[in-house]
Amino acid sequence: MCVECGCGQVERFGVQPLQAPPARPVRLVEGEAHAHIEHAHEHVHADGTRHSHPHVHGTGHEQDHDHAHAPGEHHHTHTHADGTTHTHSHAPDAAHSHAPPAAVTLDLHQPILARNDRLAERNRGYLRAKGVLALNVLASPGAGKTTLIEKTLAALAAELPGAVIVGDLATARDAERFRAVGAPVVQITTGTVCHLDAEMVARGLEQLDLDGRRLLWIENVGNLVCPADFDLGENARVVLLSVTEGEDKPLKYPPIFRSAHAVVVTKTDLAAATGCDLEALRHHLRAGAPQARLFELSARTGAGLAAWLDWVRGLTRH
Amino acid sequence: MHEASLMQSVLEEAGRQAGAHGCSVIHLIRLRVGALSGVVPEALEFAFEALKTGTPAAAGRLEIERVPARARCRVCAREFELEDPAQPCPTCGTWDTVLVQGRELELARLIAE
Repeated sequence: MCVECGCGQVERFGVQPLQAPPARPVRLVEGEAHAHIEHAHEHVHADGTRHSHPHVHGTGHEQDHDHAHAPGEHHHTHTHADGTTHTHSHAPDAAHSHAPPAAVTLDLHQPILARNDRLAERNRGYLRAKGVLALNVLASPGAGKTTLIEKTLAALAAELPGAVIVGDLATARDAERFRAVGAPVVQITTGTVCHLDAEMVARGLEQLDLDGRRLLWIENVGNLVCPADFDLGENARVVLLSVTEGEDKPLKYPPIFRSAHAVVVTKTDLAAATGCDLEALRHHLRAGAPQARLFELSARTGAGLAAWLDWVRGLTRH
Repeated sequence: MHEASLMQSVLEEAGRQAGAHGCSVIHLIRLRVGALSGVVPEALEFAFEALKTGTPAAAGRLEIERVPARARCRVCAREFELEDPAQPCPTCGTWDTVLVQGRELELARLIAE
């Protein structure tokens, strides 16, 4: 069974370089090595007591939890592998169930996407070392991702030459469009997978010649839900929204809009024709993406493109 | 959404962690899921039931702690719970807020033996 969506089709993603691979392919995907990150976390007990302490994942401190109960008393002393000791008391009737004697409780507090996050950090480090700034471009299908990237690549070709990693379920049609404007491009076909992840981008980077490039455009799979959770190693996340999609979209897809560094309203030349209420759209963006820089443009006519290009230029100066 | 692949990662990591502590059976897996994580808890539960067979958690239980979204106002610094994902600051009415909690997607606890 496909673990992405439960369907019967199982496919792996494919990487199609559209130019010669680099002389020394870079290996970005790590194996089983696992970083144990030290961090602090807070416990809240049934009696409302809170305390926090640092610990290192996987060191087995959990096994050192010493629950010494004197009869009638409800004081616990915990000793952790890092030497932290703390004592707290429980209300006599507070819920405090102990697992069977042989069972251990492991307080892990680790991100489910820890592996993706580690690979994303590697991608970010690799790109930084190359002097390349990466932008993750997300939107629903047909919002104008390819056209905006195409026009931006062409406009900045001389000062900030770009490369592209583009994800789609199938075909290399978008990649062909980018190659036509002179950008090195890798097409990732995800099969049935609804988003790009850091490993796919790492594999794409192995095939991408970034020499002389200042920007990496990562065109995500057209989807406003799943890509929001996956850090790819980008420096900025750009969410597109076309005027044909309805003014209330920022309210309907909060996770992705809340995660955007910039939101670009596209196809503004069609606003009148589609009856889009731009004031309402702006209001919803202020509410649903208050942290984001907002742009309104038409990649086709070029209206509003200058402010967007200035923002991209500004990113590279930081 | 990709809840099934997330659950696959959870089961793999849980099995790895349990094994590292000399355990072969997982009684409980507790996850923390933020309101703005983009993940649907019911879909995770469905995926858990579908995927746990043959893993150390085959007879185990899944607990999902839902973490509400919280934001901090950048004008008056008030921190408040976002009952609606798009909500102005209840004190000063500005929309200029930053998310401080709600994107969690965390393997919080295992009970294993």
